[in-house]
Amino acid sequence: MIEIKDLHKSYKMGSNSLHVLKGINFSVEEGELVAIMGSSGSGKSTLLNILGMLDVLDEGSYTLDGVPIKDLNETKAAQYRNKFLGFVFQSFNLINYKSAMENVALPLYYQKVGRKERQEKALKYLEQVGLREWADHLPSELSGGQKQRVAIARAMAAEPKVLLADEPTGALDSTTSYEVMDLIQKINDAGNTILIVTHEPDIADMCKRIVHLKDGVIVEDKKITQVRASQYV
Amino acid sequence: MRFLFDGNTWQEIFGSIGKNRTRTIITVIGVLWGILIYIVLSGAAKGLDNGFEKQFQNVAMNSMFTWAQSTSMPYKGFKTGRQLQLKLSDGVLLKNRIPEIQYIAPRNVKGIFGGSPAQIIRSGKSGNYAVYGDYPISTKIATKKIYDGGRFINDEDIDGARKVCVIGERTQKELFENDENPIGGYIRIDNVFFQVVGVHKFTPGGGFESDSDIYIPFTTFKKLYNTGENVGWFAIAAYDDADVIKVEENVKAVLKNIHNVNPKDERAIGSFNLGEIFNRIVGFAKGLTFMSLVVGIATILAGVIGIGNILLISVKERTKELGVRRALGATPREVRSLIILESVFLTMLAGIMGIILGAGVLSLINKLTQGMDFPYANPTVPIPYVLGALVIMVVLGTLIGLIPAQRAVSIKPIDALREE
Repeated sequence: MIEIKDLHKSYKMGSNSLHVLKGINFSVEEGELVAIMGSSGSGKSTLLNILGMLDVLDEGSYTLDGVPIKDLNETKAAQYRNKFLGFVFQSFNLINYKSAMENVALPLYYQKVGRKERQEKALKYLEQVGLREWADHLPSELSGGQKQRVAIARAMAAEPKVLLADEPTGALDSTTSYEVMDLIQKINDAGNTILIVTHEPDIADMCKRIVHLKDGVIVEDKKITQVRASQYV
Repeated sequence: MRFLFDGNTWQEIFGSIGKNRTRTIITVIGVLWGILIYIVLSGAAKGLDNGFEKQFQNVAMNSMFTWAQSTSMPYKGFKTGRQLQLKLSDGVLLKNRIPEIQYIAPRNVKGIFGGSPAQIIRSGKSGNYAVYGDYPISTKIATKKIYDGGRFINDEDIDGARKVCVIGERTQKELFENDENPIGGYIRIDNVFFQVVGVHKFTPGGGFESDSDIYIPFTTFKKLYNTGENVGWFAIAAYDDADVIKVEENVKAVLKNIHNVNPKDERAIGSFNLGEIFNRIVGFAKGLTFMSLVVGIATILAGVIGIGNILLISVKERTKELGVRRALGATPREVRSLIILESVFLTMLAGIMGIILGAGVLSLINKLTQGMDFPYANPTVPIPYVLGALVIMVVLGTLIGLIPAQRAVSIKPIDALREE
C-alpha cells in the first residue's frame, strides 16, 4: 500500500539546514495498523506529513497504492489527499460552525458528491462511531472523545486507502483514549490501513506493528501482538 | 461557472458567513452605507435637476428678451444719451436677418417700467393692474396656462383689435365673486370696456410677471395707449439647437444697425438671456450629479475595502479551518473561490439592501419637500447608475476578495495544521 525508499528531508533554518529524515525505507501492507513512535524531534511528524502529502520529500520515492507521489502541485495534492487519505488530528480540527454531520460530509463535498448522498453517508459513518444521535450538534457541544470520533468518521467518510492519525489520543484522558483506540482497532479489523503517530507506549501496543524513529532514521521496526483496547473500556 | 450555480457552494458560503454574524453585519453596514449615500446623493441631484427644470418648464429654455435704452456713444452725427425706441418693423427685420430665431414676440406693457398701472373697474370694484399688449405667439416663448373655458389672445383679436382681455387669478378674485364665471364678463380698463376671454394661471418662472397681469391684444393696446408702432421689448426664442448667446449678440448688432447706434455701444440695447441663466443652472445641477457620483463611488470603495479588510482578518482567524479543508481535499482554486464568493456575496447583499434603503430615503425626502417652495421634484436614480453601481460593486468585491483569497491559498496546509 505504502512504499517509501531512501527518503530524505531537510529544512532550511536560516543558513543552516536541519536534516530531519535521513534515509527512511519503509513499507506498509494493506490492512496494517502501524504505530510510528519516537521522541519529539525524531522526525515522526515530518514523516507523517510527507505520507499525507502535506509536505514534499527532498530525495527518495514514495508510492501510494501503486501511484508514484512526486512533482505534486497543490491542486493535484489536494485531489490525491481527497482520494487516498483520511486525516485524524490531535486537536480534532473540526469546523466549529458546522454540525457533526456537516463536518463528516465535508470531504464528500470536495469529492463532488451530491448533497443528499453526502448526508446519508455522513449519517452512516456517524452511526459507525456511535454518534448518530449527535449528528446535529456543533463540535462545541461534544466532549473530547466524541469530537475525535466525529473526526474519525470524517476521515473514513471519504473511504480513503490509508488513515493517518497524528497523536489521535494526545488530547484525551486514558479512558477516552482507549475508547478511541477501540474504534480505530475496529476500523482496522474491517480491513483499513491505518498509521498512527504517537509517543504513548500503551497506545502503540494496541497497534500491530511499531516503527521506532530516532534522529531521522528507523531504529526499530517490529510486529507485535495487539493489545485489544476493548478490555479497558 | 458551474461552481456558481451549485447549491453546495452557496451552502458553504452561507455557513461561513453565518458563522460570525456580528462581524458580517458590521461589514455589510459599511458597504450598505456607501451605496446608500451614493443612491441618495445622485437621487437628490436628479431631484434638484428635475426641480429646476420644472421651474423653467413654462419658458422656452433658449429664450431672451431685448429692449432699448439710451445710447452711451455718439454715432453718425447723433449725440450721446439719445433715447431709443424699438419699432414693430424691427421684429420683422430681426426674424429675416437672423435665421436662428424661431419665434419673436413684440410686447408692450403699461404699469411696470415707469408709468402708472391701468385702472380697472368692474361694477363698483376697482384695482390697478399692469396691462400687457401681446401677440398670440407670446405663448410659444413663455407658456400661459389658461383655465378651462377660456383662451389666450388669438389672431382674430389682433386683426380686429378686439377689446378682449385675459386676466390673472388675482384679478379674478378681486373683481369677480367666487361663484361667478368671469369668462364673457366685462371689465373697464382705463375706462374702456373689455370682454374677459380667459383667466391665466400664474406660474412663477422668473421675470416680472405676476398673477394679476391683464393681457390684451397688441393692436388694441396700441389704440388704447396710442403707442403707434412702438414696442416695449421683444421676447425671442431661438431654435433648440441654436446657441442663444450668439443669437443674443446678433440681435443686438442688428438693432444697433437699424437704430444707428455705435456697434461698440454697450448700453443702448439691453438684453436678458434666459438660456444663459438656464445653462448655468443646468451646469450647477450637472456638477452636483458628478460630485454625487464621485462621492458615492468613493464611499462604496471605502466600504468594499472594509469588506476586504474584514475578510483578511477572517482568513487569518480561519487559517486552521482552511488548512483542514485543504487536508480534506479542497483545491487551492476551491478555497480561493470560496473567499471571493464570500466577498462578492457580502458586497451584493449590502448593495441591494443599500439600494432599497436609498430608495426609501429618497421617497421620504420627496414627501417632506412636497409643497415646499424648493426646486426639488421626483428624485430618481437612473437605472444605468444603479446597474453601474452593482457592476462596480461586483468587480470591486472580486478584486478586493482576491487579496484575502490569495492569502488563504498561500498558507500551506501543513503550517495551518501545525499544533500550537
